[in-house]
Amino acid sequence: MRKIKHGKLAAGCADSCCLKLEGLSVQLQGDSILEDVSFHLHCGEIVALIGPNGAGKSTLFRSILGQLSYKGSITFSPARGPAIRLDDNPASGLRPLVGYVPQAPHFDRGDPVSVLDFFTAATAKWPVWLPVPKKYRDRAAACLARVHGEELLDRPMGGLSGGQLQRVLLALALEPVPHILILDEPLSGVDIEGEHQLLEMLDELRTQYDLSIFLSTHDFATLGQFADKVILLNRRVLKSGPPEEVLSSPEFYETFHLRMGRGGV
Amino acid sequence: MEFWYALVELLPFEWAQPGQMYFMKHALLAVLVVTPLFGILSTMVVHSRMSFFSDALGHSAFTGMAIGALCGFHEPTWAAVVFAMLFALLFNLVKRRSALASDTVIGVFSSTAVALGIFLSTLNGRSFTRFNALLVGDILSVEPAKVGVLAMILALIVLLWAVSFNQLMLSAVHPALADSRGVQVFWQETVFSVAIAVVVTLSMTWVGLLVINSLLVLPAAAARNAARNMRQYHLLSLLGAVLAGIAGLMTSYYVGGSAGAAITLYLAVWFALTFFLRKK
Repeated sequence: MRKIKHGKLAAGCADSCCLKLEGLSVQLQGDSILEDVSFHLHCGEIVALIGPNGAGKSTLFRSILGQLSYKGSITFSPARGPAIRLDDNPASGLRPLVGYVPQAPHFDRGDPVSVLDFFTAATAKWPVWLPVPKKYRDRAAACLARVHGEELLDRPMGGLSGGQLQRVLLALALEPVPHILILDEPLSGVDIEGEHQLLEMLDELRTQYDLSIFLSTHDFATLGQFADKVILLNRRVLKSGPPEEVLSSPEFYETFHLRMGRGGV
Repeated sequence: MEFWYALVELLPFEWAQPGQMYFMKHALLAVLVVTPLFGILSTMVVHSRMSFFSDALGHSAFTGMAIGALCGFHEPTWAAVVFAMLFALLFNLVKRRSALASDTVIGVFSSTAVALGIFLSTLNGRSFTRFNALLVGDILSVEPAKVGVLAMILALIVLLWAVSFNQLMLSAVHPALADSRGVQVFWQETVFSVAIAVVVTLSMTWVGLLVINSLLVLPAAAARNAARNMRQYHLLSLLGAVLAGIAGLMTSYYVGGSAGAAITLYLAVWFALTFFLRKK
């Protein structure tokens, strides 16, 4: 197994950047989706979020992205400088940049959106119905190069494979390079080869840019190969720790096996 | 207008001769203003799957006319514009607050608007037939002043497109992703739907309520058959709309028949053409 760069080297959270969630609770239309969720994410660390459907994984991501109101606090401590509460709305320069790779959006095969269109629309003010200047084209190509996807630039979004689509979304989330990278089920709809490529790439990115990577997945088999820490969520944090510890815990068995049992095995 | 007349008189048509057939010259100008408008809006209507919504807006525009007429306004169109804008705003609010699928919310709004329109226009036992002209539309009734208003709106829409097309496209692709990149998804969608409301209402008397939605759907639907990126998509949509507009007006002049319907039929042919030439 590879070495963990930052997370475990730092004794506490004192000398590394760190995202801290303390007592996070979210209610949507009267239903409690998340209750008292607390954990820390360190930079250079890959943390995997697992849990059954409806456990609140996407809700947790959306809270960090600031798209939902919540109780509790989310603070970001940069390596230097004071900690920032994300709901304080500080001057935008201080806020941590959160890169977000959503669950693969749906494109029809016939959608007239090329990768260049999509990229330029998300990163530039230049309207994409006009010819795209070379400056933006070059930048999109450079960003795609980060995920080894230069050749995808003029392909239609609807024609990409699951793995290629994830790479384009990842390239977008890395422009500008964020402090925290969130990926919502990046491995679903991706074949084994694509999955391998994607995980390699994440490992490369975290060492290169020293960012915290936080992703949700249902693929438990590969967890041990890439995750530094696993968080088992089902409305609240049931268990968190190194992959082997969480995957062998009674909480893990209870959460998944009992559900499968009821399904008629 | 003088400049326009001089320009049209260069055309080799019988109606283009100096000093006559002004209604036809006005209509041609109107077509050249309205069709690019629909060609542009169409791209986003189709891309963000709003064709059912724009259809509902057409219905609400009619209801607005009925309300305007009931209030005794000389020019009920403006009442209709206000009503359609309110309709679009309210729809976006309800859609955001409700857990229902958007086509269900549209269905609710559309049927309410139509029922209200029919009820109000037939109040006191009056006949519905005086609204028949709205259903079919008459492009030859165009007044130059109104073409001026629509030309201004065309300029505004081009400006809107330059400023916020990117955000609009991103919102349609993935609202949460758009939000994470700083796009105000709700306001983008609301401004766009209000823009459709204004355009549909103002051009309804020319194009006709029954076919107006086809102008918002067909140009981009045809363009989608062949386009691979946003440049081609816009170009084909615009081209299809303008060419069909001119051809439709000419056809209507020479053989009679509603211009709005003729334009739609040409667009359908354009769709069929691109369908057979579609990218594989």
